[in-house]
Amino acid sequence: MLKTAAVQAYEGAFNLLERPMLALQKLFGQSRVAWVFLLPNLVIFGLFTFLPIILNFVFATTGGDRIILADRPFVGTEHFASLLDCESYFDPNSCHRDLFWRAVGNTGWFVLMQVGFMILFSLITALILNRDIVLRGFFRAVFFYPVLLSPVVVALIWKWILQRNGVLNAGLEGAGFGTINWLLEADWAFFWVVFVSIWCNMGFYVLILLAGLQSIPSDVYEAAEMDGTPRWRQLWRITLPLLMPTMLVVMVLSVIRAVQAFDEIYVLTGGGPGSATTLLIQYIYDVGFSTRPRLYGLAAAASLLMAGVLFVLTIIQLAATRKQSGDN
Amino acid sequence: MFGWLIGRRGRHGFDLTDWMAFGFLGLGVFLMLGPVLWLVLSSFKTEAALQEYPPKFLPLAPIERMVEGFDQPLQMFTVTAGEHAGRELAQVRRIGLNAQMVDPANPSERLNVAISDREPLREFGIATENYTDVFSRFNFMLYFWNSTFITVVATILTVLFNSMAAFALAKYKFTGRNAVFVLIIATLMIPPTITLVPLFLVISEMGMVNSHWGVIWPAIATPTGVFLLRQYMLTIPDDLLDAARMDNASEWKVYWKIVLPLSAPALAVLVIFSVMWRWNEFLWPLIVLNRSEVFTLQLALNSFQGELQTSWSNLLAMTVLTLLPITIVFAFLQKYITQGIAQSGVK
Amino acid sequence: MKTTLTTTTLGLILAAGAASAQELRFMCYQDGTECAAWASQMPAFEAENPGITVVVDEVPYQSIIESLPVQLEVGEGPDLARVTDYGGLARFMLDVRPYVSDPAAIEARYGQSLAWARVGDNNADGIYNIVDQLTATGGFANKTLFDQAGVEMPGPGATFAEWAEASRAVRDAVGVDFAMAIDRTGHRFAGPAMSYGAAYFDENGDPILVDDGFRSFAEQFVAWHEDGTLARDVWAGAGGGTYQDAAAEFINANLVMYYSGSWQIGRFGRDIGDAFDWVATGGICGPVACTGMPGGAGIVGFKQTEHPEAVGKLMEFMARDDVQAAVLAQTRNIPANSVLQEQGIEYQDVSDDVKAALTTFAASIPTFADSAYALQGYANNRAIYTATPARITQAIVGELSLDDALARLDADIAEAIAQ
Repeated sequence: MLKTAAVQAYEGAFNLLERPMLALQKLFGQSRVAWVFLLPNLVIFGLFTFLPIILNFVFATTGGDRIILADRPFVGTEHFASLLDCESYFDPNSCHRDLFWRAVGNTGWFVLMQVGFMILFSLITALILNRDIVLRGFFRAVFFYPVLLSPVVVALIWKWILQRNGVLNAGLEGAGFGTINWLLEADWAFFWVVFVSIWCNMGFYVLILLAGLQSIPSDVYEAAEMDGTPRWRQLWRITLPLLMPTMLVVMVLSVIRAVQAFDEIYVLTGGGPGSATTLLIQYIYDVGFSTRPRLYGLAAAASLLMAGVLFVLTIIQLAATRKQSGDN
Repeated sequence: MFGWLIGRRGRHGFDLTDWMAFGFLGLGVFLMLGPVLWLVLSSFKTEAALQEYPPKFLPLAPIERMVEGFDQPLQMFTVTAGEHAGRELAQVRRIGLNAQMVDPANPSERLNVAISDREPLREFGIATENYTDVFSRFNFMLYFWNSTFITVVATILTVLFNSMAAFALAKYKFTGRNAVFVLIIATLMIPPTITLVPLFLVISEMGMVNSHWGVIWPAIATPTGVFLLRQYMLTIPDDLLDAARMDNASEWKVYWKIVLPLSAPALAVLVIFSVMWRWNEFLWPLIVLNRSEVFTLQLALNSFQGELQTSWSNLLAMTVLTLLPITIVFAFLQKYITQGIAQSGVK
Repeated sequence: MKTTLTTTTLGLILAAGAASAQELRFMCYQDGTECAAWASQMPAFEAENPGITVVVDEVPYQSIIESLPVQLEVGEGPDLARVTDYGGLARFMLDVRPYVSDPAAIEARYGQSLAWARVGDNNADGIYNIVDQLTATGGFANKTLFDQAGVEMPGPGATFAEWAEASRAVRDAVGVDFAMAIDRTGHRFAGPAMSYGAAYFDENGDPILVDDGFRSFAEQFVAWHEDGTLARDVWAGAGGGTYQDAAAEFINANLVMYYSGSWQIGRFGRDIGDAFDWVATGGICGPVACTGMPGGAGIVGFKQTEHPEAVGKLMEFMARDDVQAAVLAQTRNIPANSVLQEQGIEYQDVSDDVKAALTTFAASIPTFADSAYALQGYANNRAIYTATPARITQAIVGELSLDDALARLDADIAEAIAQ
């Protein structure tokens, strides 16, 4: 009953558009009808994504704390220059914007650690879930569940666990160990920021990798089994190489998201202790939103620098894997 | 040594590799669900119990008992040291370092106990007021409706527009196709936090401040959605489409009669992502919506945070309430999601 | 020309319709029950002023700090809001002096806090804000812990150094975790710094942040973090300008002495209950002075409102003695209204601890230094409040030497002022 009603509604809705779409098809001709399909998405995309990005360039080259563009004096590349003003790029203290460069350094480490370990754990989990085990659906759902939580909730939960008088310390104390002030020591705080970020993102990548694994035809393994290839060699020789295309997607997406990590970390540590877990987006957010006066121009300039670096990184990743796995 | 990772179906019995696999999964379940369970349990604790150390696993409430001769119920303590050690007494009041206590069985006799020599007695008790407060303090159903409206409408439009665009990018050859695709993917590089202010200028020029549409429209053209659907649609054989065209089907019909139904698994993935994004969205609605009649649940949730104080017990209860709907949606779509991502063959 | 005409006609039609029904939007955030308390007064206002309705929109504090200025700048804000950043919002505020029936009465009662919004290009005699929560920074001590340790509690007029020594003695004697803690914000830092001689402003009223007094307190502050007198969790536990308090530790009797402010009183009364005795310490002294910082949230109207007269009426209603008294009795805040300060407020069902603390804090407010009031009324004070913890924390955790941190702090403030 319900199903037929849904199907009827579906057909009715799309049939309604049949005539206008047919007219457009006749108007544009078969080959250009693609633009008709693209149009709604492109209009919205242009208005609400592309236009703001263009405006961001305007912000980046103007100063002051107003947001109405007419009230902002043109300053040219001043913001970029002040961000890049360093005696040595390896010592944040020698930079005019020391906090920016600390954030850059932290973000670099964070991306390395977070992406590296997340892909490792996701791969292990995906390989295990690819086995024929009981409760497979349940396990898949469990690993995916944290992905559904909002970043604020994620941070709230872990803050509750990690604070000085939190569950983790209570557990350690109960087991006879000493307690550690997890979020108060720079190295531990950084560790937990990476951990929590992996915790709430991993499920997504596990599923993508699982998809890649299941698309590997089983006769490849059977042939290897015949040849008596030991199973760990199958992993290196068959599974991983055939997984490379999927791995590329995982790497590109996870690097982009790691560079842009913000909400859950901001709520968890506030960027502290000191600036040990201040990442780039937090720097941009602090400068442009939470302090006074709001330096939108500086924030916009920093975000454009960041987007530029990301772009280059992505191109490098694509090029590197393309070379390795042939043209895919 | 890595064999346990790729043990495969159709083998004999339960061996060491299976034990390792299940050990790993068990640990995973504990790490993934444990924190969420902790959140749910904590949401039933009183504000005072939340601040307690060491924290208790279950919500506990102090035991209070009516004692003859007192109008108010008195809190019960167990005495741990001193001359009354071992007895369970009710506290009348505390003066400085001493507590005046009585034995409920013998209410006329006052006993003096040092405060360090007594511990409160407690029993399992749920602070349901955390939840009832939420309902009495603001119009929960209105905010729930607002959140639902935004989520449902935005998701329908997202799926429709993204799938149309993905169809065009996957199944037609036209000049500018690659340029459009690269442009869409390139915007993945710009974090949304950054464009908040310029986007707000655009929205206010269009007069959509304090309107649900101000939250819905900017959310629709997701690059991730277009990317995901395009990759999936690439795997649909062109023969199917051509066969339909032979039967004089319009391009529109080809799209909704053939391509959309075949993309169902990928669409299910986009649905859950869209629902999740819109339902959890906070920063953007915070800027666009400032009137209570258009508020979403996430905004109401955060209004428990003042400048100087946060009402944790209510905040946690509200958090659990906002988690419920999305958990239910996930439970229903779970099967499709795993299939969808599995088959979308992101290559 | 034509469009102007049409808009004017349209405006007239709207105004004609609006004369019978004016709706005011009041954007409100709360620490305790302020919004609820105000909402409960609105029926009385609406009964007195037929045709005006007031809708209280309760929002997160983040909305007030981050969204409201953006909304106001594009002309999309509410009619009134409850705010703390008077300097930052000054250029959007509405002077309601022309719309109130008795400006002199408001001036007489709220004179001191009215000055906080008379900055920038605002009128020197304008009425912009009605403060409904006057706050004072100051200390709280856990008296029960002092009694248990057998240490004598420093009396009124004691210095930070004396409190530090006494609380360390108590901590070591009873075995709690922390001796002292100070909230993580430059606002809490300013009172003690001034007591150590920091001027914050030069003779011309221009801000100077780092001087000898500021430096000497900063040195002491970092040293107290190193020797464990001050709880590291509060300042070192976060980054940037993030706010952090230590109220939970105090409520748990895990902290001997806590430097925070009067807004904690209501919460302590509720959450500590009968668990231990606590007292407000009143002003705490440094080598140079004994001052805390005043502060407070207040209600302001905005220029962009379509109903300035109605906003004026509402602000005058909110300023009234009986209305303020009713609201403050419920919210347990200290009045900014001088008549009520003298009369005292009949706070609803509060314990003796709470009553005593409210009295102590209220009494300390008139003793605060002029520079403290100047800082509270300074347009860019929020820049100082967020930059101070960001930089001082870097010195505490060792990312920067104290000298470097102070130099950076000075540069941050200079840049903020230059905008």
